[in-house]
Amino acid sequence: MKRPGRHRELWPGLLGVLLAFGVCEAVGRAGLVRRSYLPPASEVLARAVELAGDGAFLDGVGATLKAWALGLGLAVAIAVPLGLLLGSVPVVDSAVRMIVEFLRPLPSVALIPLVSLLLGTGTETKVALITYASVWPVLFNTIYGLGETDPLAKDTLRAFGFGRLSVLLRVELPGTAPFIAAGIRISAAIALILAVATELLAGFGEGLGIFIAQAGLATDGTRDVLAGVVWAGALGLVINGVLVWGERRLFPWTPERRTAGRGGRS
Amino acid sequence: MTLRLDSLGQRYGDQRVLHDITLTVPDGQLLCVVGPSGCGKSTLLRTIAGLHPAREGTVTVDGTPVTGVPDRLAVVFQDYGRSLFPWLTVRDNVALPLRRRGLPRAERRAEAERILERVGLDGAGRRHPWQLSGGMQQRVAIARALVCRPSLLLMDEPFGSLDAQTREDLEDLLLEVHRTDGATIVFVTHDIDESVYVGDRVVVLSPAPASHVVLDLPVELPGKRDQIGTRGLPEFVALRAEVGRVVRGS
Amino acid sequence: MTQAPTPATRRAGNASRRGPVNPAGSTPRQVLLRLLVLLLALALWQAAAQAHGSVYFPPPGRIARRAHELWFSGPVRRAFLTDAAVADVLPSLGRMAAGFGIAAVAGIGAGVAVGRSRWAYALCNPVLQFARAVPPPALVPVFVVVLDFGAPMQIASIAFSAVWPVLVNTAEGVRGTDPLRLDVAAVLRLNPLERLRFLLLPSALPRIFAGLRLSLSLSLILMVFSELLPGTANGVGYTLTDAQSRSDLLTVWAVLLLLGVLGYLLNTALLAVERRLIGRGRSTA
Repeated sequence: MKRPGRHRELWPGLLGVLLAFGVCEAVGRAGLVRRSYLPPASEVLARAVELAGDGAFLDGVGATLKAWALGLGLAVAIAVPLGLLLGSVPVVDSAVRMIVEFLRPLPSVALIPLVSLLLGTGTETKVALITYASVWPVLFNTIYGLGETDPLAKDTLRAFGFGRLSVLLRVELPGTAPFIAAGIRISAAIALILAVATELLAGFGEGLGIFIAQAGLATDGTRDVLAGVVWAGALGLVINGVLVWGERRLFPWTPERRTAGRGGRS
Repeated sequence: MTLRLDSLGQRYGDQRVLHDITLTVPDGQLLCVVGPSGCGKSTLLRTIAGLHPAREGTVTVDGTPVTGVPDRLAVVFQDYGRSLFPWLTVRDNVALPLRRRGLPRAERRAEAERILERVGLDGAGRRHPWQLSGGMQQRVAIARALVCRPSLLLMDEPFGSLDAQTREDLEDLLLEVHRTDGATIVFVTHDIDESVYVGDRVVVLSPAPASHVVLDLPVELPGKRDQIGTRGLPEFVALRAEVGRVVRGS
Repeated sequence: MTQAPTPATRRAGNASRRGPVNPAGSTPRQVLLRLLVLLLALALWQAAAQAHGSVYFPPPGRIARRAHELWFSGPVRRAFLTDAAVADVLPSLGRMAAGFGIAAVAGIGAGVAVGRSRWAYALCNPVLQFARAVPPPALVPVFVVVLDFGAPMQIASIAFSAVWPVLVNTAEGVRGTDPLRLDVAAVLRLNPLERLRFLLLPSALPRIFAGLRLSLSLSLILMVFSELLPGTANGVGYTLTDAQSRSDLLTVWAVLLLLGVLGYLLNTALLAVERRLIGRGRSTA
């Protein structure tokens, strides 16, 4: 029953995409807004495809992705052990909570000026910001996931004489892993936001954000700006898709909704 | 309200669920429908209620064929937790059906309170459903069903999720309501004892697939029933045995 | 008919339905502990900063004083707000509120429309997923080109970015309405408006608020970001870049303090609204 169902969902979806495309095309051609301000969708799409063959552009995208990956990796390396620690020692977790509650709502983009003053406008700044912003979802999801592990499983192992570390590795880590994966998925999107945002503000250097920013300054650059946005969206979709697929493959037994109560981009 | 089913058939996709069901339920009768699990009893009720259009045959209510939910119909579902709305108070839950009557709010509330008192939930109006026990929640569901004075009441295994004591209390409540209101009731259950105790007539459905009627038995028991006395009567035991044999045998 | 939920699915299901997480229980002892830890951290920072004398990490005391001097040392009749506060902070907040408000209304409205019909949902889903995947800061240049710098650009940027989480979450919330309750609504002969008011919206409210929380944080991010771009004339973000260009680290930290507090207050306010509307402890199953 599943295959026909999924196919049935495909056609309306395709129609929706075509409709949206058609609307954008019509708005662009109707001259409601001047042609150079808002080019029709076909031109934007053509430019986006053209960019796929542009070596310099692809280098830029590569630079963005490199910073993204590095920042995300660092974030995971910090957040998972920290989360496991905090989650295992409830007193520490509770105590630190107030500090966390103030740091959390701070928009990471607001840190761009500060970090730029501290570290300059190079890749270090970008990576530092990405890491900072990406730490939170993974951290929270790790702590949350730890709290959701089945106490019965833990007690059973302890009854058999396994030590604290053993219990952590054998029961809690596998149980928390799906939550950590969901946290990484959320952080991946945030990391991309920070990467593009930092690049947009830096103005020089290599990256997708740089491309968009420079196109924005050029006359008649809207087409390039929009093409860059299409690329950014596509990147976001691909990253999300790959991570969701990975989650499903690694953890097929868990239900879809695995994000901590607040702030998860589910 | 007279209910008539003529060669009623129902399907889910390719699977035949009900087959050739023909029944006439005269006005004011309490009909019990029994059958093994999964035989389509709920589907039958949903079809009668107009929630699923019948694939074959017709459902007629007082001579008019059913298309969509008929007027003066009420339903009580088994899952009271899900059928009540947790964000409304008990009183607002019960008053909800009265909106289509065009009554002003004060009257709707008064009517709801009246009915709540009738089912034994005096004073529970301001609470929320999830604050009540299972049996009380089902009483709320019954109150909601009764508030519009329905002519046809459908009940889908309403007491199945309750403990034995509460079940008995509610069975007696149902009998009392039936006696005073005189609505036509179709009561689906898998509990054979319950069907004989409560019903004026018992209909047994065959197991899936393609359930049809395998037994149609009038219940010749005194009108005034009580849990201990009636269940001890030899007539009860005989009826119960006959229904049980058919349900098990088929 | 009723499926007894297994403990695992119930817990995981509750994860997203739980909504506002009550901060690890707030017994007086725990609140005191947290306050103590916070004060301790601040004291450590103060001591370290004064000992080191680094210009990059000024002591919290000085930061707080700078913030006060910048924004809260004005006349009493204006609630202590200075000219700078009125010229920068209030307009920023106003633009954010406008953007968030538009996003909330449009998102909930469109979300309900999309979620109600399975066909509409299938139609819109791919487009929505794409729109949602675009990193919002990337869209700001588009609005700059189309609308030029100023309040409309900022409000449009905020609204256009913040609408997607609300929309998608509302649609999914409406879509997830218990089918049994839909049957009940049909049996009770509720008209479409009543169905919306008494069933679809209340049932989707937890998901809607999850979306609103995301939208609020996105609104804050876009508010700051749209003002960080060169060419802005006023606002919190402008104060940041202005201070950055002058290497005025103290002001930069002061703005961060302000943003942290603002973010915290806004989130708390939203949480309060959510608690009021959804109530405590009611089962949303």
